[in-house]
Amino acid sequence: MIITKQKDFNELLSSIGKEPIFIIGCSECATMCHTGGEKEVLEMKGALEDKNILVTGWVILEPACHLQNDKRILRKYKDEVNKANKILVLACGNGIQTVSEIIENADVIAGNDTLFLGEIKHANEFEKRCNMCGDCIEDLFGGFCPVSRCPKSMLNGPCGGSIDGKCEVDSNIDCVWDLIYKRLKEKKQLQLLKIIQEPKDWSKSTETRRVL
Amino acid sequence: MNYRSNLEQVLSKGKFAVTAEIGPPKGSDPDKITQKGEITKGCADAFNVTDNQTAVVRMSSMASSCILLKMGLEPVMQITCRDRNRIALQSDVLGASAIGIKNILCITGDHQSFGNHPESKGVYDIDSIQFIQAIKNMRDMGVFQSGDKILSGKPDIFIGAAANPFADPYEFRVDHLEKKIEAGANFIQTQSIFNVNKFNIWMDEVRSRGLDRKVHIIAGVTPLKSLKMTDRMRFHVPGVDIPEHVANRMKNSGDPKREGYEIALELINDIKKIKGVHGLHITALFWEDIIPSLVRESGFLPRP
Repeated sequence: MIITKQKDFNELLSSIGKEPIFIIGCSECATMCHTGGEKEVLEMKGALEDKNILVTGWVILEPACHLQNDKRILRKYKDEVNKANKILVLACGNGIQTVSEIIENADVIAGNDTLFLGEIKHANEFEKRCNMCGDCIEDLFGGFCPVSRCPKSMLNGPCGGSIDGKCEVDSNIDCVWDLIYKRLKEKKQLQLLKIIQEPKDWSKSTETRRVL
Repeated sequence: MNYRSNLEQVLSKGKFAVTAEIGPPKGSDPDKITQKGEITKGCADAFNVTDNQTAVVRMSSMASSCILLKMGLEPVMQITCRDRNRIALQSDVLGASAIGIKNILCITGDHQSFGNHPESKGVYDIDSIQFIQAIKNMRDMGVFQSGDKILSGKPDIFIGAAANPFADPYEFRVDHLEKKIEAGANFIQTQSIFNVNKFNIWMDEVRSRGLDRKVHIIAGVTPLKSLKMTDRMRFHVPGVDIPEHVANRMKNSGDPKREGYEIALELINDIKKIKGVHGLHITALFWEDIIPSLVRESGFLPRP
């Protein structure tokens, strides 16, 4: 899932100013992250109205990253959108851009920061799991991904800084190499770690591959 | 026999090698390097020049190594994978070789979040093992990492790697060393040793696999300069293992600087007796002027 975090409200206010605004949420990831579902969109509406900002309307796109679907849904909200000078999008970076492709006359404001592709560990607790490198090699590492989960993306073993199974960069996160080692040990597959992994082929990544 | 470097010659002839670290300055003043070079000249066979260590911006290891070369000192140029992709890494290897640098130590590097630019983007395109392999292939096969051919001049580098016998997961540490050797490391410089017992366990495993005959192991020692430094290394530098009895000696001493020096002498004395250890690497952080007496009192002078 794409993990997002709502921007600071005061920061948003300075981007919005005092102009009429239309709010857009997303039915998928932003709903799961509690950053742009119906509840959060209505809370945002209330908070903006408390600041005497006119909210011309709101909608939850299903999901915001679906261009044709968005066009169809937003057609029904044409009047409300036209009355607004600003469009606040509580979705991921993709959703914000899909909306920008459709609505050209108003300023699109990013209401969320997009953080990573990750896992919902517990309610409101998320952890990065994937860099979308375009060439999955998790089967070599007991089903864990050192590319996205090791801050140094090390493919040939841990750095020297892992402490009690935690990452030297952030003691709140597990050292993925510790997880890899323990899992492969359990499965009696430690010999996999003796193979020198060649440098990764980044030409398969989103750095160069932008359409499918 | 043609040796690539003085360090290789000392090690290959079975003599106990000494290397010392020279940290480049946080500024462009070349005198800071020459001063450290003058102090330590003749005390070591080669001098490690760190590459923006702890992710703090300093004079580049290439330029600092060049200054040492002009003084007649042999550098071990350290290169980290943190700040360069494979294009820049290989380019620097060619450049280093062109200006006469013969030893390169390949390291992944301290994470940028620990340094003075925590907002920076780390590169980590390849890791240290892949970098070792890339240099070996450039040197021995005349090909770049991509397979493209080198056209003029293969870099004749004596390849070094780091090893940390103390880090977790502990059982993997010798496997990790073995991978570095397989990738092409010619010599290994270890993390600074304070826990000789743990180092001995690691060395036992190294010898039982015959790795000490495949690579030159140079053991790291850092003299502790103060109680503050002891605590910082103990609690804030990842991968350093300072046992309680060492920390207590520093704490209970009336002269911690003297105590730290004595501890270093004792460690060197213990380490040099360990079978399979081929040399000593002294990292005297901001205390380079202690190196000559440490080397002399340990009986390593004059150098070959």
